Amino acid sequence: MSRHVIAPTREIPPGDHKLFTVRGRPIAIFNVKGEFFGMFNRCPHQGGSLCDGIVTGLVESKTPGEYAYSREGEFIRCPWHGWEFEIRTGQSYCDPERIRARAYPVVTESGETLVKGPYVAETVPVRVEEDYVVVEM
Amino acid sequence: MNVQVRPSVATATASRPAIADCDIHPAVRFDSDLNPWLPERWQAYRAEYGASRRLGMQAGPAYPKSQPNASRRDAWPPEGGRQGSSLSFMQHQHLDANNVTLGILNPLGSGQGVSNPELSAVICHATNEWEVAEWTGKDSRLKASVVVPYEWAEESAREIRRWAGHKDFVQVLLLSRTAEPLGNRRYWPIYEAAAEANFPVAVHAFGYGGAPITSTGWPSHYIEEMTGHAQSSQAGLTSLLVEGVFDRFPNLRVIMVEAGFAWAPSLGWRLDKAWKTLRTETPHLKEKPSETMRRHVWWTTQPMEEPEPRERLLDTIGWMGWDRLLFATDYPHWDFDDPAQALPLPISDEQRRQFFLENARAVYGVTA
Amino acid sequence: MTGSAIDCDIHPSIPGLKALLPYLPGHWREMVRIRGMDELNAISYPANSPLTARPDWRPASGKPAGSLEQIQRECLDAFGASIAICNVLYGVQLLFAEDMAAAYAQAVNDWTRAELLDRDPRLRASIVVPLQSIERSVDEIERCAADPRFVQVLVLASGDQPLGKRVHWPVYAAAQRHKLPIGIHAGSNYHNPPTAVGWPSYYTEDYVAQAQAFQSQLTSLICEGVFNKFPDLRVVLLESGWTWLPAHLWRLTKYWRGLRMEIPWVDRSPFDIVRSNVRMSLQPSDAPPDRAALERIIEHMQSDELLLFSTDYPHWQFDGTEALPDGLPPALVHKITVENPRATYTRLLEPVR
Repeated sequence: MSRHVIAPTREIPPGDHKLFTVRGRPIAIFNVKGEFFGMFNRCPHQGGSLCDGIVTGLVESKTPGEYAYSREGEFIRCPWHGWEFEIRTGQSYCDPERIRARAYPVVTESGETLVKGPYVAETVPVRVEEDYVVVEM
Repeated sequence: MNVQVRPSVATATASRPAIADCDIHPAVRFDSDLNPWLPERWQAYRAEYGASRRLGMQAGPAYPKSQPNASRRDAWPPEGGRQGSSLSFMQHQHLDANNVTLGILNPLGSGQGVSNPELSAVICHATNEWEVAEWTGKDSRLKASVVVPYEWAEESAREIRRWAGHKDFVQVLLLSRTAEPLGNRRYWPIYEAAAEANFPVAVHAFGYGGAPITSTGWPSHYIEEMTGHAQSSQAGLTSLLVEGVFDRFPNLRVIMVEAGFAWAPSLGWRLDKAWKTLRTETPHLKEKPSETMRRHVWWTTQPMEEPEPRERLLDTIGWMGWDRLLFATDYPHWDFDDPAQALPLPISDEQRRQFFLENARAVYGVTA
Repeated sequence: MTGSAIDCDIHPSIPGLKALLPYLPGHWREMVRIRGMDELNAISYPANSPLTARPDWRPASGKPAGSLEQIQRECLDAFGASIAICNVLYGVQLLFAEDMAAAYAQAVNDWTRAELLDRDPRLRASIVVPLQSIERSVDEIERCAADPRFVQVLVLASGDQPLGKRVHWPVYAAAQRHKLPIGIHAGSNYHNPPTAVGWPSYYTEDYVAQAQAFQSQLTSLICEGVFNKFPDLRVVLLESGWTWLPAHLWRLTKYWRGLRMEIPWVDRSPFDIVRSNVRMSLQPSDAPPDRAALERIIEHMQSDELLLFSTDYPHWQFDGTEALPDGLPPALVHKITVENPRATYTRLLEPVR
């Protein structure tokens, strides 16, 4: 693991995201309300470039006809098939609640209507050091 | 800084095997792109009245798409214009990147299904001219479809005959949601002309027949419409088979495009059963419908079904025959299948070559 | 097949409009006479088509399955089922006037009770409802539900609107309340063209199209969230074919993953929803011609709880008494013939007076 200084924080204002190459790998860096997060720029479905997707919030529903929208800016939709990933964790939303032979367990947390799927976009730890975005890889 | 910033680039071509893409959607940048081939009278008509179809809205569908122009968000050409309208960007992002050695153009929004039959015909003709001038004439990997005003069968037959023998055209394009089922006799002049010209007829999901996409009224949501293309394509194919179109035109080939394919085996079993029980209704059918399908019908692969475990798809393909499938990406649409990811299954080299290239070369008569 | 098998789809015939007259109120009885009304026979089963009745079930005169004696001899006794569920098909759904449709639905249900249920304790039936009026459909369910021999609500595979749409939900609420599954049976009310691309030329096309109608309905029921709203509701697809199910769910599931934002209440995969709430009758199976393929497609179904035994008597789906496809493992046969029907039609367990 080594430390890579990516860019000054002002280069990625809140709500924005940008693609960088770190150690030969494409990494998408997101600024969500002042916090920085990193994600390997490949959708785990078919490899779409997540950085070309659209940032959005989360719509949830407990019953048909209800569209409860919240968490604006915390999700990225893949530019291809529209799969939703939580930027903070890389966790996909909407997938069968089924145990598969995969690395990631399926979890439903109490109180949540959504089922998290075993598809996860690979995240990369990011921090800010004196106004610079830094990635550990 | 010790990192580079680069715009999104596709993976290097060198390692990618050559493929055929049997469903690419070129688009005009502006409606006026067709003007060189559109009589002034119809340019004026279109400017004043639009080119309405059996859809209520002047622009945009009543089932709004899930993404602008139903396309990948990363497919906007850097020079502007809608997704699919730039040959150079299509070459960069797709043809070169994915090593597409044979690309079949299926222009949508081409005049097909336009309610005014003469307007439909002139836009279709202009589209065919445009395909040559702007696409196949500039990139020899691309081949064109003869786009026809299918609700006016006689004019469609004339348009097919205009392009028969042209080296850049490899098929006739129809849409799946026709005003009457595809096998209905009113469309037979199209099949006659296509068979004569040795063009396969591609039936692409969608269309403007004016009826709901189900036999039971209009569904509420876009997802139901998208799923529904499988049902409407099955109905159209059933019609072609039961009406005896393949009996009447023995060298006709049909390609079902962008409706998925995993539904084909069950439809074949159902058709065989019904044909056997109801033999007396269809004396013109000399063989089991599933056998007719096996010889006359192909399917493009996109949107490829994704069972879990994925290996189940091998059963389906085995029942259909590995020679029946023609790989397609549907570029630049959002439900794109990436050739490197689309078939992550342990198959033989022979099967892989057939699936991704050789079947298409055989159907379209294109040599290496 | 053991004697405890349950036949989930048989079709006794109403001999004719005349047979319904005693069950129609005065005004409607008079309308038959004054207006010279014809039989309400849908083109779904042309009277003399080979599918409509197997040759050995076609009587010299009168309709197939037109008398209790025929039904008992040819179906109940021949197959040895302990219970058979009658889905009476008479073109009530094709009418356009709500009030007329409601009157005929009531008449059909009363005829069914008197002529079938009262005369053979092995028989059960579905409540025919006039979806032309949702209110009157709910009334009819309430009226008939008190009789435990009615075990299902019957609707057709193609109607005015997809069955998932909320306009239908009062019917589902009533059905769920009374533990009545919704039985969707092959056929159309012909208010829309009977295929997804218009009116066909051949009856063969119409019959084949039934499978697509069920696919469309399943999409609608799942996407509109019917099973979110009514988690205890069961839906049974009757005479639908079933080998199309895996491919259909693969497709729907793929789209759901990207289009969840349209239908965010769908929080389980379509396969999981079908496993918990949807069942399918056995005939016609539309099975592949070889046993190996049949085994594979059954595996693709991902659940041994989906299929419900049926003969579809008197429709011609098989010969002799071979109502079960060749090569099914005995454990699965027991599920199909006994366990799955019992689990689906819980009213069968209720005592009958």
